[in-house]
Amino acid sequence: MTGLWGRLAVMAAKRKKASLIALVSLGLLASSAMAQGELRFCLRSEPKTFDPLRVEDDSSAAIRYLTGGVLVRLNRQTQALEPELAQSWKVSKDGKEITFKLRSGVSFSDGTPFSAEDVAYTVKQLMDPALHSPTGDAFRSGPGDVDAKIISATQISITFPAPVAGLDRQFDQVAILSAHSGKKEMAVLGPFMVADYKPGSTVFLRRNPNYWKTDAKGRKLPYLDSIKLDIQPNRDVEMLRFKRGEIDLINSIDSEYFDKLASTSPQLVHDAGPSLDSEQMWFNEVAKSSLRAYKKNWFRSANFRRAISQAINREDLARVVFRGHAQPAVGPVSPANKLWFNAHLKVEPHSQDAALKALQSEGFRLENGTLKDKDGNAVVFSIITNSGNKYRERMATMIQEDLQKIGIQVNVVTLDFPSLIERMTQTFDYEAILLGLTNVGLDPSEQMNVWLSSSENHQWNPSEKAPETAWEAEIDKLMRAQASSADPKKRKESFDRVQEIAVEQAPFIYLVNRNALSAVAASVQGASPVILVPQTYWNAERLTVK
Amino acid sequence: MRLWRILACTLLLLVVSVSLAANWLAPAGYAKQYREAAGAAPSHEHWLGTDEIGRDRFARVLYGTRISLLLAPASALLSTLMAALVGGLAGYLGGAWARAAMAVTDLFLSLPWLFLLITVRAMMPLNVSPLVSVLVTFLMLGLLGWTSAARVLCSTAGSLRSSDFVRQARASGIGGARLFWIHVLPNLKPVLYAQFWISIPAFILSEANLGILGLGVAEPMPSWGSLLKELEGLVSVGEEPWKFVPLVLLVVVVTSFQFALSKHEEMPA
Repeated sequence: MTGLWGRLAVMAAKRKKASLIALVSLGLLASSAMAQGELRFCLRSEPKTFDPLRVEDDSSAAIRYLTGGVLVRLNRQTQALEPELAQSWKVSKDGKEITFKLRSGVSFSDGTPFSAEDVAYTVKQLMDPALHSPTGDAFRSGPGDVDAKIISATQISITFPAPVAGLDRQFDQVAILSAHSGKKEMAVLGPFMVADYKPGSTVFLRRNPNYWKTDAKGRKLPYLDSIKLDIQPNRDVEMLRFKRGEIDLINSIDSEYFDKLASTSPQLVHDAGPSLDSEQMWFNEVAKSSLRAYKKNWFRSANFRRAISQAINREDLARVVFRGHAQPAVGPVSPANKLWFNAHLKVEPHSQDAALKALQSEGFRLENGTLKDKDGNAVVFSIITNSGNKYRERMATMIQEDLQKIGIQVNVVTLDFPSLIERMTQTFDYEAILLGLTNVGLDPSEQMNVWLSSSENHQWNPSEKAPETAWEAEIDKLMRAQASSADPKKRKESFDRVQEIAVEQAPFIYLVNRNALSAVAASVQGASPVILVPQTYWNAERLTVK
Repeated sequence: MRLWRILACTLLLLVVSVSLAANWLAPAGYAKQYREAAGAAPSHEHWLGTDEIGRDRFARVLYGTRISLLLAPASALLSTLMAALVGGLAGYLGGAWARAAMAVTDLFLSLPWLFLLITVRAMMPLNVSPLVSVLVTFLMLGLLGWTSAARVLCSTAGSLRSSDFVRQARASGIGGARLFWIHVLPNLKPVLYAQFWISIPAFILSEANLGILGLGVAEPMPSWGSLLKELEGLVSVGEEPWKFVPLVLLVVVVTSFQFALSKHEEMPA
C-alpha cells in the first residue's frame, strides 16, 4: 500500500516538474519572438512568378510585398516614404541620381549577409532589357545605361541617364535580390519567406528568422508564425469561407457583400473611404474609325461630352449602384491621393437643363422627346461594358435612363472582355465604353501611358502621330514637364493643370471612385485597413492572430 | 396523368394570360427606376420589391415572362421547321443526301455552342434597340437549335420511306413532292409536334443561360435570364426569398411543358 502511494507521489511530482518546465519554456518563447498564429487569406489567381522583378499580376505582387525587402517603403496609411533597408537616401537636384545609406548587420533569410553589392546586383537585373521587368520600366527614363556605383558596403549611388519622376518612391516596388545566395529569389529580406507552394491550391509563407526589424519594445518582427494563401478565384466562395472562419481577411469586397456582412457583424467590415480606383466612360474619338461622320463630330466635341457628363447623376450612381460605398468622381485623380489630387476641382453638378443648354449651343434640338443634331440625326449611341460586371451593367442602365430624359437613346451592350478589348484597341468599332481604372501607384508618372497622345493606352484616340487637338498637345507638354522635373512643386503645378484640362475637355467622363472595402476577422489583431494596396495586410509584420 | 396534364395546361394558360396583362397589372412598366427605393423588400407599391437599381420586380417578372413565353415558341417553330426541312428531306431522299445532311448535322452538334453564341453576339452591330436584341437572341437560338430534331426526323423519315404504305403509293405511280407531301409529312407530324414542345423549354433555358452571362436580351428589357442574374450572389439570397420568384416561375413553366408534352408523345406515329 505504502509502495503504491509512494509511486503515485513520485509520478505527481514528475508531472508538476514537467508542467513547470513547459510553462517556463513558453514564457521564454513569448518574450523572445512573440510569434503568434497563422494568418489565412485568399489570392484570387495563381501567382505567375516568385521573381520580384518580373511581377505583373496581383497575386505575385502580394507575395512580393510579404517576402521582399525594399530600400524604402511607402507607408500605406500616411502615404509618406519611410526608410527600410536604406537608413537614409538623397536624390540629386537633377533627379538623375539617388544615393542610399544602407543598414548594416542585415541578413537574407538563408543567412547570406546583405550589402551594397546586392543592391547593385538587383539594379543590374532590374534594368536588363532581356528580363523585361515591368518594375524596371518605371525607371527607363531615357536611352543609356544605369550606373550603380558601390561607395562602400553600406553606401551606393545609382545614376540614371535621364531624370526619373518620383525616383525615390519607385524603389517601394523593388525587392532586393541576393548577389551571392544560391537560392536566388527565394532568399529574401522581407518579413516572410515562401516555404511551400502547391500549384492551384496554396502558397505557404513562414516567418523569416533573419528579418532585421524589431518593434518598439525590441521584440523581433514579424509576430506571425506563418501566412497561408489559398488560391481561390471565386469571390462567392471566398466570402463563404470568411463567414465560416476558414480565412481571416478579405482584402477587397464588393458593396453588396459588405452590407450583408455589416448587417450581421459590423465589427468585421471596414470602409476606408474613396480608393484610387475610378469608373469612367469615354467616347470613340478615333479619326480613322468606321463611325459615321456626324457621330464623329458629336464625340469629338467637348461641349457634347461635357453635356453628357452633366446629364449623368453621379450621386445616384454612388448611392444606388454602390450602396453609398463610392463617391462621385471629380477627375482623373481620386481625392484619396492626398499628394496629387487637385483640390480646386469639384464634382460636375448634375443638371439636365445645363446639359440641354450646352447641347443647344452646339445646334442640337429636342423634338418630340428625341434629341436631334443640326442635320436632323437622332442622337443614338451604344455604351459597351464587360459582361458579368454587375456594377458596370447597372451604371450603364442608370446612365441610359438619365440620358433618355434629355432625349438621347442609349443602347447598353455587354460583351465578353476579349471582344471588348479588341473593339477598343484594334478595330475601334465602338461608340462609347464604360470601364474602370485600377490605380495602384500615386505618382502621376504612372499615368503617362494614358495621357500622352502617342500612347497606345490613350483610350479615346490611341497612338496619335501628333497631338490632334491643342489641349492634347498641352497635356503632352505638361506630362513630360512633370516627368522630367525633380522639383515637387513644379510637378504638382503641371499635373494640377493636366487635371483641369481633363475636366474641361472630358475625354474621360469620370463617374465614381469606389470605396476601399475590406473584411477582417475579429481574431486578427493590429489590422488597420487603408485605401492603398494591400489594404488589409500592409502592416503584416505587426499583425497577430489569436 | 391526365389530371397532371390538365393542371399543367391550366398553369401555362394562367402564366401566359397574366403576362399578357402586364400593361394593366404593372402600368409603370419594367424600366422605370425608383432610385429612392432601390433594393426594397416587397411592399404595397412593389409586390415583389425592387431590383438593385429600383425597378419594380413584379413588373419585370411579368414582362420578362411575356418575352420568354412568346418568343421561345417562335424560336421552337423556326427550329422545328428547319429540322423538318433538313432532317425530313434527308431521310426521305436517303442515300448520299441523307449522309451529307447528317454529316452537316453532326458537325453542328459537335460545335461549342456557348462560345459560338458569344462570338456571334460580339460580331453583331452594337447599336440595336432592346427590342431588336430580343428578336435577334431568339432568332439565333432558333437558327442554331434545329440539329437534334433533324437527326430524329431523318431517322423517322428514313423508316417511313421503306414502309409498306409508301412503297405501295410509289407502286401506284405517286412520287416526288406529292408522295412526300401526302404520305410522308402527315406521318412526321407527331414527331414534329413533340420536337416543337421539347424545344420550347430548352430555348427558355438557353436564353436564361445567355442572360446570366449578360449576352441575351439587352437592358432595360427584362427576360428570365436577366431576372435570374439576381441570384448570382447566393450568399445573400437566403434572406430575400422573393428574389426566387423568377426561378420558381421558370421551374413551374418548364415542368408544365413537360407534363403538357406527354400528351403529344403518346400520339401514334
